[in-house]
Amino acid sequence: MIRQVRPRYLAIQIDTDASFEEDDVKDVVWNAVFQFFGEYGASKAGLFLINYDKQKKQAVLRCSHKALPIVHSSVVSITKIKGKPTALHVLKISGTLKALGKKRNV
Amino acid sequence: MTKFVDLHLFVPFKDIEQQKKLITKCSELGYRLVGIPIPSTASPNDIETLRKLCSEAGLDFVTRVDLAPRTPRELLEDLRRLRRRFEIVSVLCASKPVARQAAKDRRVDLLSFPATKPRDRFFDNAEAELASESLASFEIDLAPFLSLEGFLRTRLITSLRKELAIAKRFHVPVVISSGATNEFLLRRPRDYAALTFLFDLDSSLALSALSKAPLTIVERNRQKLSSGFVTPGLRVVRRGKDDP
Repeated sequence: MIRQVRPRYLAIQIDTDASFEEDDVKDVVWNAVFQFFGEYGASKAGLFLINYDKQKKQAVLRCSHKALPIVHSSVVSITKIKGKPTALHVLKISGTLKALGKKRNV
Repeated sequence: MTKFVDLHLFVPFKDIEQQKKLITKCSELGYRLVGIPIPSTASPNDIETLRKLCSEAGLDFVTRVDLAPRTPRELLEDLRRLRRRFEIVSVLCASKPVARQAAKDRRVDLLSFPATKPRDRFFDNAEAELASESLASFEIDLAPFLSLEGFLRTRLITSLRKELAIAKRFHVPVVISSGATNEFLLRRPRDYAALTFLFDLDSSLALSALSKAPLTIVERNRQKLSSGFVTPGLRVVRRGKDDP
């Protein structure tokens, strides 16, 4: 039987000269989803920050497969974190963490 | 493998370091062909420097000129003067007469509209019909969308959604470009495609707007600018011995 909510994992590269904490990344992603899709959209996203590597500036996000376009478009629209110019690039999207790790070695 | 294209990368013309940075970033993000707007006053040496930088980064370089005429007459003069010097000609349509003239002129490749002035965006049904007959494409720069905030961005999304629906109805090719002035406004091609979800554009159409549509324009124009070109569908393959 097909599960109603299937997860999607997004490997993200944070392109910036500054250094950020995990909470900063979490806040900026949530704010971007809120900004474009509001509380209703955010409630459907099932967004969760799985992992953040401060050294590599890489993060792994989880969301529902139905909300993938919402999360993907919100993530790439981010241009600043704490006022510092930043670009977020989605490196890979996968259905399992194992496959994501194999694809990107995150 | 899909060959992704960014036809609008704003490279500061005299700052070689910044040029290098932007071009390298573009290559890292997965683009294979890049169009850089060149001022009409640029020397052949400047263009050659850019070509070399692009080739070192593994990018195919396309020369482009951005025209911003105030009247249709000015547009015609610019086209007569510059068409054969550049591979891509883009027109920023700031008034309705200019937009109409640009849409019906076969020498114009890309039609773009001011991002911050929704009232000055004239891509309506009539414009789309003219553009579809003359093979002009509708260009969307995504850097203004990324840098705008609040009400202005909301209005831009509304305009783009309406214009993309019109473009689809009249089969006007859509080209998505970065319009980036710095590396933080550059995104991967698939990220740009994801961003167009906000304008209700299909992902297949978005990917085509980042690869197939711009490539078609470049190939068509390169063929036209080549020495053997006579007319569409007719080119010189080989010259005879008695040909002067």
